[in-house]
Amino acid sequence: MSRAPQIRFLADGKRLHLQDGPIDLIVEACAGEASLRAAYDAAARRFVGLLDELCDELKMLRQAADPMHCLLQGTVARRMHAAVAPFAADHFITPMAAVAGSVAEEILGAMVQEARLERAYVNNGGDIALHLAEGERFTVGLIDRPDRQGLMRTTVIDADDPSQGIATSGRHGRSFSLGIADAVTVLARTASQADAAATIIANAVDLPEHPAVLRCSAHDLQPDSDLGARLVTRGVGRLSRDEVATALDAGATSARALLAAGLIDGAALRLCSEAVLVALRPVKLRESREVHQDRIESAAHV
Amino acid sequence: MLTDATADKIRCDACPVMCYIKPGAAGACDRYANHNGELVRVDPHIVLERTVSHGGRLVPFQATGDWDGELVREPSVFVTAIGAGTTYPDYKPAPFIVSSEIDGVDMVTVVTEGIFSYCGVKVKIDTDRYLGPETATVRAQGEAVGHVTTSEYGSQMLSLGGVHHLTGGSKKEGRVTCDALMDLSNCKPVELTIDGGATVVVQAGYPPIVNGVAEERMRVGCGSATIGMFAKQWHGKVDEVVVVDDHITGVLSEHQAGKLLDIPDTGIKMKGRRSTPGRYFQVAEPGTGWGGTMISDPLSVLGPFDPRTARSGMTMLMVSTTGEHSAYYELDETLRPIEKPMPADLRQSVERIQENCEPALCTVLFMGGAGGSLRAGVTDNPVRLTRSVKEALTRVTSGGAPVYVWPGGGITFMVDVTRLPAGAFGYVPTPALVAPIEFTLRLSDYAALGGHMDHVRPLASLKENTEIRQMSPRPPGPRA
Repeated sequence: MSRAPQIRFLADGKRLHLQDGPIDLIVEACAGEASLRAAYDAAARRFVGLLDELCDELKMLRQAADPMHCLLQGTVARRMHAAVAPFAADHFITPMAAVAGSVAEEILGAMVQEARLERAYVNNGGDIALHLAEGERFTVGLIDRPDRQGLMRTTVIDADDPSQGIATSGRHGRSFSLGIADAVTVLARTASQADAAATIIANAVDLPEHPAVLRCSAHDLQPDSDLGARLVTRGVGRLSRDEVATALDAGATSARALLAAGLIDGAALRLCSEAVLVALRPVKLRESREVHQDRIESAAHV
Repeated sequence: MLTDATADKIRCDACPVMCYIKPGAAGACDRYANHNGELVRVDPHIVLERTVSHGGRLVPFQATGDWDGELVREPSVFVTAIGAGTTYPDYKPAPFIVSSEIDGVDMVTVVTEGIFSYCGVKVKIDTDRYLGPETATVRAQGEAVGHVTTSEYGSQMLSLGGVHHLTGGSKKEGRVTCDALMDLSNCKPVELTIDGGATVVVQAGYPPIVNGVAEERMRVGCGSATIGMFAKQWHGKVDEVVVVDDHITGVLSEHQAGKLLDIPDTGIKMKGRRSTPGRYFQVAEPGTGWGGTMISDPLSVLGPFDPRTARSGMTMLMVSTTGEHSAYYELDETLRPIEKPMPADLRQSVERIQENCEPALCTVLFMGGAGGSLRAGVTDNPVRLTRSVKEALTRVTSGGAPVYVWPGGGITFMVDVTRLPAGAFGYVPTPALVAPIEFTLRLSDYAALGGHMDHVRPLASLKENTEIRQMSPRPPGPRA
């Protein structure tokens, strides 16, 4: 194995880039010079070997999670299990659904433990763990599609906010999706919880048996996929407005249930240029022409 | 790399995940893929550097470490939407995640989508040869993939693809159409047959091959235009000139240009329908012979010379509008044209016609669009938004290449496929084409609305293994 994790600063000299196999992290912290140094050192130290730890238990991580028992050993693996366990009774879900968020959380944890930081984030391919000291805040922007400037939402997360994790899931991502959502972004207490919940909600945005949705067995695409023979979405043809609304409604219902259960703090669901927000507090909300204002508002005040 | 003896999948050993990867697929990391049984690295984002001078200086993007992380540093440098695995059949666009440190916004998540069900290619084939009747069906592998559309000056036009052929017909029709569109867009040769017409091999940037014969030149003009352009050069060297053309065949002695030079009547009698003096429509059926007609003997467009005007020993040049065909005649005692060796000065005029004919090429414009779904949203101030959309439209690119955005609703754009990097187009099994489309995110209206995003910076996997490609300032081709 000729592998060495990439640990280096991006050329701006401020953001740290950590990459190993499928893990790809961007890390940034704000603090005094000494604290910053200590935090980045801690991040790098924790990163080395992290993938190997996960791969030691990869076989079990790829199996459906038991809602009650966890036989996994590693810290990150156990966090992955804990994040998916609340869904495991009702859904097929493996700990892998929370791998990105759990890794982000682990690295952020190592940094925060080592140094006093004003604010910090670890972004693992869109699954983001946040740290905010008293009085600090983050503005988070969500662009649904880069071609559409009209649709940008920003929301502010501050130190008092319970949401310290953000994750996005959907059919365009690196992982396969059972649903048809273009993107579901979730705010939750932790990045791992957000990651697992985004997967569940994105899977719920669906039109079962719809002929315009092309599906394929996951293991036909990736022989060792944790989803096995389950049908994953490969393409979505033209859908009518009603069909898009139906699929989004199914996702929003799932999101509201998770909100009521205290598993998420908010979600933004996107499909075919339509959007639904659930309990997000948009600071700047600009909705596209296609989105019905009443629907957003009704969804936003759940 | 380990190979699995039981299947065509391979096992990647680049990291401890040890993914099994099927042919045409990528591993969990999207960095390594199985390309025909070989493990290849596919992750570099492609960054295009368009140098201002066409000299083609390559600027090291990161080797010097002086990249400041900006996506939009100068108008000429940007990250394309062409990501990992674009050339793979099951290309799946990864979320394009950008991060920025712009005032007020710490992180931005972007989901790209450049999947076009509504798309096709417009093919311009520089030839006067008859390819087939207008609206005739164009086929690839026997399946209908498009039709012959209205011809342009010196060129035949095909309109291929479109949602009707992609998703409206049989499954096979959709698949074949998708393959043909992707190959044409990726500058590969595609053989097309036209119902009631020719078989033509089309490859962007190369001459068309019509019924097995490579086209060389476009016509210099129609027959009448050619008379106008060369009348002076022929004056005094030959009594009559006929420029044979599928559209308008020109006759020097009758043409206005000949009259102005006081060229006397020759008693020539043309077949076909006279339009105005010296200009004849329909002298022969269209075909792949002289001047885009079906004829191989040019004399077949002539009737007998008028014995009251014609005289023995009169000379006549017959030439096609590309100069590709030419013959020289003298009238014998019975006023029948007899072919004779062509005098040098007339040979020169024929060569001049050839020289003025541009090289014949096939050009392929990819055209795609998405109506409502690609429109910008609304705000409290629609006028401001409309303006900002228009501004943004000027920065739409496809694989770094400039596009023409059709005015009106939605974003329907056209791009010359030879200006995109190799293998820029992919497909999804819908079937639909995946085309790169970039929208720079330096958006002035964000500032007005609090976004303040005058730069967008790439977040993941951009710094490493970034590949720099030279944007071609003009289409490459055998003559470039």
